[in-house]
Amino acid sequence: MVQPVLSIKSLVVEIPTRKGVLRPVDQVSYDIFPGEILGIVGESGAGKSMTGNAVIGLLERPARIVSGNVLLSGNPIHNLSASEFRKIRGKKIGMIFQDPLTSLNPLLTVGEQLVETIIEHLAVSKKEAQERAIAALEEVGIPAARERIGSYPHEFSGGMRQRVVIALALCAEPDFVIADEPTTALDVSVQAQIIALLKRLCRERGVGVMLVTHDMGVIAEAADRVAVMYAGRLAELGAVRDVLTAPKHPYTYGLMGSTPLASRGLKRLKQIPGSMPRLGALPEGCAFSPRCDFAQEVCKTGSSPFIADEDAQAACWFPLQHTKLRSSK
Amino acid sequence: MSFFVVVSLIMGAIFAPLLAPYDPFDPATLNLMNGFTGPLTPNQFTQDVFVLGTDDQGRDVLSTILFGMRISLFVGFSAVFLAMILGVILGLLAGYIGGWLDAVIMRVADVQLTFPSILVAMLIFGIAKGVTPAEFRDQVAIWVLILAIGLSDWVQFARVVRGATLVERQKEYVQAAQLIGRANLAVMLKHILPNVLNPVLVIATISLALAIIAEATLSFLGVGAPPTKPSLGTLIRIGQEYMFSGEWWILFFPAITLLALALSINLLGDWLRDALNPRLR
Amino acid sequence: MSVIVRAKALRRLFDVSKPWLNRVVEREPKAFLTAVADVDFEIEEGSVYALVGESGSGKSTIGKMVVGLTSATDGTIEIDGIAITGNDQKAKISEARQKLQMIFQDPYASLNPRWKVRDIIAEPAKLRGLEIKGLPERLLQQVGLSPEDADKYPHEFSGGQRQRICIARALSSEPKVIVCDEPTSALDVSVQSQVLNLMSDLQEQLGLTYLFISHDLTVVEHMADKIGVLYLGALVEEAPKETLFASPLHPYTRMLFDAAPRLDGFGREIDVPKGEIPDPINPPPGCSFHPRCPLATSLCKTVRPQMRLIGDTRVSCHHV
Repeated sequence: MVQPVLSIKSLVVEIPTRKGVLRPVDQVSYDIFPGEILGIVGESGAGKSMTGNAVIGLLERPARIVSGNVLLSGNPIHNLSASEFRKIRGKKIGMIFQDPLTSLNPLLTVGEQLVETIIEHLAVSKKEAQERAIAALEEVGIPAARERIGSYPHEFSGGMRQRVVIALALCAEPDFVIADEPTTALDVSVQAQIIALLKRLCRERGVGVMLVTHDMGVIAEAADRVAVMYAGRLAELGAVRDVLTAPKHPYTYGLMGSTPLASRGLKRLKQIPGSMPRLGALPEGCAFSPRCDFAQEVCKTGSSPFIADEDAQAACWFPLQHTKLRSSK
Repeated sequence: MSFFVVVSLIMGAIFAPLLAPYDPFDPATLNLMNGFTGPLTPNQFTQDVFVLGTDDQGRDVLSTILFGMRISLFVGFSAVFLAMILGVILGLLAGYIGGWLDAVIMRVADVQLTFPSILVAMLIFGIAKGVTPAEFRDQVAIWVLILAIGLSDWVQFARVVRGATLVERQKEYVQAAQLIGRANLAVMLKHILPNVLNPVLVIATISLALAIIAEATLSFLGVGAPPTKPSLGTLIRIGQEYMFSGEWWILFFPAITLLALALSINLLGDWLRDALNPRLR
Repeated sequence: MSVIVRAKALRRLFDVSKPWLNRVVEREPKAFLTAVADVDFEIEEGSVYALVGESGSGKSTIGKMVVGLTSATDGTIEIDGIAITGNDQKAKISEARQKLQMIFQDPYASLNPRWKVRDIIAEPAKLRGLEIKGLPERLLQQVGLSPEDADKYPHEFSGGQRQRICIARALSSEPKVIVCDEPTSALDVSVQSQVLNLMSDLQEQLGLTYLFISHDLTVVEHMADKIGVLYLGALVEEAPKETLFASPLHPYTRMLFDAAPRLDGFGREIDVPKGEIPDPINPPPGCSFHPRCPLATSLCKTVRPQMRLIGDTRVSCHHV
């Protein structure tokens, strides 16, 4: 069996506050394999970005990992110091964030930033690094890369800037890339370009990608597998087609149903009653039980088991056994 | 801690007539024979003790400090209040109306900032002194002082309020008020003003300390509170004449009081700034 | 059905010139950005008209011109037959404006944090001189909140609840037309569906007319009766919802539909759209979409296409 590039096991992140300890990430486990895009989806406050930050060692104090493992190509990274983490970020983990302007240094040309990263992480000469930087820009589809390498980030349009960020994330040849809402700030037409680019690069280079987004459509188009998060816990994990067309967890079912696309032709959208509980006031038992149509007594007491079968896994006592929501072609 | 110091000093100033063992402005209680008595030395005529000693005219230093603080604090509070009103109004207008009005107000502010504010205050004080008849001078001196310090201090209020107003007026709740036809004045006072007051409060505390120091400086230079109504600055000026002749207490105690007052108000301002900043909460 | 909002040859320029001294020194003319160029549309009473477009399409500027937050450089807007631009009868304008309200995108910035919910909701009604006793409580119930919420401050509510408060505020002056500027794009999917359902219910109960502005095609498809597609400030296509989604005519509309992510688009390989939105200060000559258009010919590079009526679709393209 192939070794996963990233393996998270029972990860718990806690934030101590005056009103008690919050758990924005609670017992989360999943693997990402080479050449695979794993989508992490959930609403704001579900803990999807916090999981990503924990993996790349960018948790802001006082949040900290209290238990669980994070393995990068088999090596534990959850206990690295800040300076050790700095060495592997960029080299072994590429990062793409929502706002391309914040991930680029406005005072350096894109070429300088690429060359610097390449020299720092790969043992190559300056000239070689320069050539690689141009090749990297060409690969992400920047026209006239040789001329544009001397340009500053502000001289690029939003979509081109995000391409530069992708080039920067991939230039040190990492095995694993984390993309946190990479297309949220972009227009629809540019978003389509960036998704197509991510998919192509992931496949060609065998990179494992963790794609964090709130957009179900983006997940459907880009991801191979998807993990649905709710109130810090994993609600459902499985192949994207299975999870989206035949969700087992009632939350996923409700989330899918409430998108305007799924209710196409209906007068009213389906809706989930209420809203996600705050971390400080989680209900007993399954965190979704107060909003769940199928909740029974047992859901309100013990924490729900992670029930797995060959298609998908869901953290639910009563996983839905329905005929598929939509026909999958 | 700083809060405690500020409150006790202000209380001391307010209740000076009750707390002070002597009334330093009542010539009947003064006796020149008591001049230059050291701290903790008994009065030659009664059984009282001069806790902090007396000055050259036999006035009890503790009492003059308590009464002096009254004047310093009164001038400080009034001057900051004047500066705040002026600065908030001009800042709101500049930020909300914009255009040439903004340009005029902010250029005036810039020009004033290029002079040290103590110079501006001295200039205003000098002009006022020139136009008032000699017999009223001592009476109006305090008010002139307030005007001088207040007018030299409005700029930072105006700048901060203008900046905050520029941010707030872009927000959609302001547009919501504009689109139902609210008049500009109502939008400024009812919607924007409450949302720009936090930084104003912080600056007000810090300027209070600065205003008290400015008042002391002016009085020290002899252009502020008259010797008949001595503020802390006047007391320091009187005291420094005796600094090297052994009567150190006449200078030392007013100076320490001024220091404690200014420092604790400043610390209070810092605390207030953190307390009002939602990001640090 | 009567027309309640009519925009004719609507135009809006923004002055994006450098400061006066720079212009004099560098001998540059004044520069203008055309945010909205000759847009015509009509909204029927009791219907939902949607404007869709990407960034720089001018959709928000049109919304602001309709409610009077921004003035039109040229063209006219009529509300219930009364021109609110270029009319000098102030009383008539303000009477027409009273029929308008707006719901904004950012539920965190659109409520004054220092005001109680009661006062926020009552303000528009108070200004119109309507009876406000009990009104905030009634409206709060109508938008699905509790009457006790009237005495709370905005920060005690979540994003979705704040948007409900904004809706209550908009209803308080009893408007006929509500301009909704991306009302759900800051909300999570499950909250979005709650808010959209509420808006549909209210529209039906109160006979409201919505001008719905959004970049999200799926939301627009759910809400709108008629849709106008904007590109770089100009209307490129307008059609009833069913017609537009069944047979989009303009190449830009087709590109948008194709690029939008789909829930069943597993492993879909799309024809990746060409290029990006051009700089609106120097838009391409002729049809502004021609550099990205698969159908473009030399005619498109020089002549700006006029609106044509094909079936019940209005479209501005030389080649459909």
